[in-house]
Amino acid sequence: MELLRSIGISEPVLQFMLINAILGLSIYLTLFTGMFSLANAGFMAIGTYTGVILTQQFGLPLWGGLIGGMLLAGLIALPIGLPVLRLRDIYLAIATIGFGEIVRILILNFDPLVSSIVGQPIKMTYGALGISGIPQLTQTWHLVVFLIIISYCIARLHRSRFGRAMAAIRQDEQAAANMGINVVYVKNMVFILSAVLAAAAGVLKAHFARTIDPGDYGFSQAVDILAFAVLGGTTTFVGPIVGGFVLTAMPEILRDFKQYRGIINGVILLLVIVYLPGGLVNPAGWARLWQRLRGKSSFKPVEAETG
Amino acid sequence: MLELRQVSRLFGGLQALSQVDMTVPANKIVGLIGPNGAGKTTLINNISGLDHPTSGTIHMNGQPIQRAAPHQITRLGIARTYQNIRLFSEMTVLENLLISQHSQGKASALESLIFSGRYRREEQTLRENAAVLLKRFNLEHLAHLRAGTLPYGDQRRLEMARALAINPRLMLLDEPTAGMNPVETHELGTQILRLRDEGMTILVIEHDMSLIHQVCDEVYVLSFGQIIAHGTPEQIKNDTTVIEAYLGREDE
Amino acid sequence: MNVTQQIVNAIWLGGVYSLFALGYALVFSVLGVLNLAHSAVFMWGAFIGLTVVTRFSLPIWLAIPVAMLGAGIIGIILDLVAFAPLRRRNAPRISQLISSIGAAILLVNIAQFAFGTQPQRFPSGTIPNQALEGLPFRITPIQVIILIISLVLMALLQYLVMRTRIGQAMRAVAFNQRVAGLLGINSGGIFQLTFFLAGALAGAAGVLYGLAYNSMTPFMGDGVALKGLTVIVLGGLGNIQGAVVGGFLVAALEVFSIAAGSSNYRDAIVFTLLFLILLFRPQGLVGQKIETRA
Repeated sequence: MELLRSIGISEPVLQFMLINAILGLSIYLTLFTGMFSLANAGFMAIGTYTGVILTQQFGLPLWGGLIGGMLLAGLIALPIGLPVLRLRDIYLAIATIGFGEIVRILILNFDPLVSSIVGQPIKMTYGALGISGIPQLTQTWHLVVFLIIISYCIARLHRSRFGRAMAAIRQDEQAAANMGINVVYVKNMVFILSAVLAAAAGVLKAHFARTIDPGDYGFSQAVDILAFAVLGGTTTFVGPIVGGFVLTAMPEILRDFKQYRGIINGVILLLVIVYLPGGLVNPAGWARLWQRLRGKSSFKPVEAETG
Repeated sequence: MLELRQVSRLFGGLQALSQVDMTVPANKIVGLIGPNGAGKTTLINNISGLDHPTSGTIHMNGQPIQRAAPHQITRLGIARTYQNIRLFSEMTVLENLLISQHSQGKASALESLIFSGRYRREEQTLRENAAVLLKRFNLEHLAHLRAGTLPYGDQRRLEMARALAINPRLMLLDEPTAGMNPVETHELGTQILRLRDEGMTILVIEHDMSLIHQVCDEVYVLSFGQIIAHGTPEQIKNDTTVIEAYLGREDE
Repeated sequence: MNVTQQIVNAIWLGGVYSLFALGYALVFSVLGVLNLAHSAVFMWGAFIGLTVVTRFSLPIWLAIPVAMLGAGIIGIILDLVAFAPLRRRNAPRISQLISSIGAAILLVNIAQFAFGTQPQRFPSGTIPNQALEGLPFRITPIQVIILIISLVLMALLQYLVMRTRIGQAMRAVAFNQRVAGLLGINSGGIFQLTFFLAGALAGAAGVLYGLAYNSMTPFMGDGVALKGLTVIVLGGLGNIQGAVVGGFLVAALEVFSIAAGSSNYRDAIVFTLLFLILLFRPQGLVGQKIETRA
């Protein structure tokens, strides 16, 4: 911890790193199955609000809120996934962006909406103001344990029939179906798992960040989650963890360059997307890059400078 | 074993298949030939569930499958290969053979978390089955290479092995000799005959007439989506309508 | 509800939306990729226009072409940095989508650094904003100008794409890049031209939007980006005429849902529409059938 603190990583920063690693894993599941879904921020919102309302307004312990949030996110993921997952790449991306926005707007207007339905004033999500004073229940060790359990589960998943089916669907959906894989089932299960994981991350985060508002779960949160997975890479589950750590810790480590840190983050992300397609955790990608740089510098030293 | 009755497939205004009647008897090798664009691959896609007929019925051992999903058809014992090889190229040869045994497994993902007995036994069986197929198709030494990096001929054989790993009763082979030289083609013919002798039923699309003569018990000829002839390879060879259908064809 | 007034509002707002969405549609139709940095170029266009007016004290009619030129150049740089390298290695179009998100993050961050995060406005009197008199509805000169400029630019684009040799080349590349190459068309050049045009349209939309609402921040593109997505989905992805129709439809939907008293759900209605269209008519309201499913 002392070592971490010396480079600018305090305990709250560490907590955010762990949360973002879990969020990275949640989108990793869908990406690994070949589904480009940006619905994670929406499910995170559903889970977080459910969990927070359960602990703060109904006095449940953290694990009660956690299970409640995960459950509701999973329940909503099923009817959403069934129609939406029939869409392909860009169409799926746009549809899930739309879903995220609908969730955000519904949470924003939840109180007046429910009030008008039940006929008496209800205060649950507190609109654009959001909820503050959330009980501080999440400990750092909770997050560490949770991340370890999730990592173990995903590692085991990859060595199971189900995990192999996920990879097969990513590579060739039709051929996978011809191998006897129920593509619709696998895709929907993965979509639900991804939603549940995003919800869990949201509940845990709310109980140390202590305030939430609908703006936290908009399109930019969806993009951030994607960035964790893309930066780290999705060839193995280690990628999104590293991606979540790096993107969260970097602004702190670079705090001396505060005004440029957004730009630096953007440049690094773009460089990785363009020149390291497999992300940071992908030895083959680094090897290719190294070869290209060497090859280029020996022939055309000028070109290596541009771009 | 496989029965097609009045199967038609329309794409927009285009009649890709028109009232196709076809029977593939158990334990026989049936050939399907026809000029390019005659609808052969469309027919295979309709049988394997990647596409569905506009009208007509397809029965596998008495069960209607014309509306079934691909994985359900696979579970009824129908396996296929593709004209353009479609291996899971990022996976190893071994993993490709494990994937195709998917429907033979029962263990859930949950069981893999706790290393249940069933999960371990099942994984063991899958690997044993895969090992048998690797040996049979001479791929043992390549088991841990990525499928995409294999030479063309090995990829073709792996695709056959992968279809066989499904443990099917009927195999649909879509131009299995495409890109092969005569020696390799003959070798593949021997493999196909061996499968039949072991009890397999096979429907094979081919351009290579030597393979058709080597292996087929009967042949159907498809032209512009219609069956124009049906008989033994000898009968087809001398059928005038068949010769006419091929006349306009580009030389390859 | 004053229906005439709402229709007028929908028409000028629709002009801006269409103009913005045309750039999305143009890039999608020629390259088959979704450029999510388009809204960042839009925002830069607005700030370039603002800078021209405030720093250099030039009149607004000059700010629009300068903003278009600047945003167009940003469009070309965007292509060179975020798209061209991926095209060269035949990356899937989802990678290009991700890369455009990366570029958007970078452009917004640079803008934050350059212009700050506080809302900025055009100096008062840039364009007179008293409502025109003698009409049965309320409309300001800004709104009239917005509508005229949008319609002129849309007509010009339509002419360029459908009637000129360059447009022919663009359509050829859109149809089949390899065949276009065989016809001697330099597809790299066409791609850059496409990005320039898309950027210029976004730049013009940015200035007009900035004038209309007179409040500009580096994040002004976020809301429009999602609206623009709805517009092109409504019109059918990559359908240029569809984008124009879609722009007016989305604007009408928005304006009328506010007028009907449900301003809180305005965006929810728009995105629900987006969602339903994708599920039931992914080719858009005006497009022909395409393969969107796996």
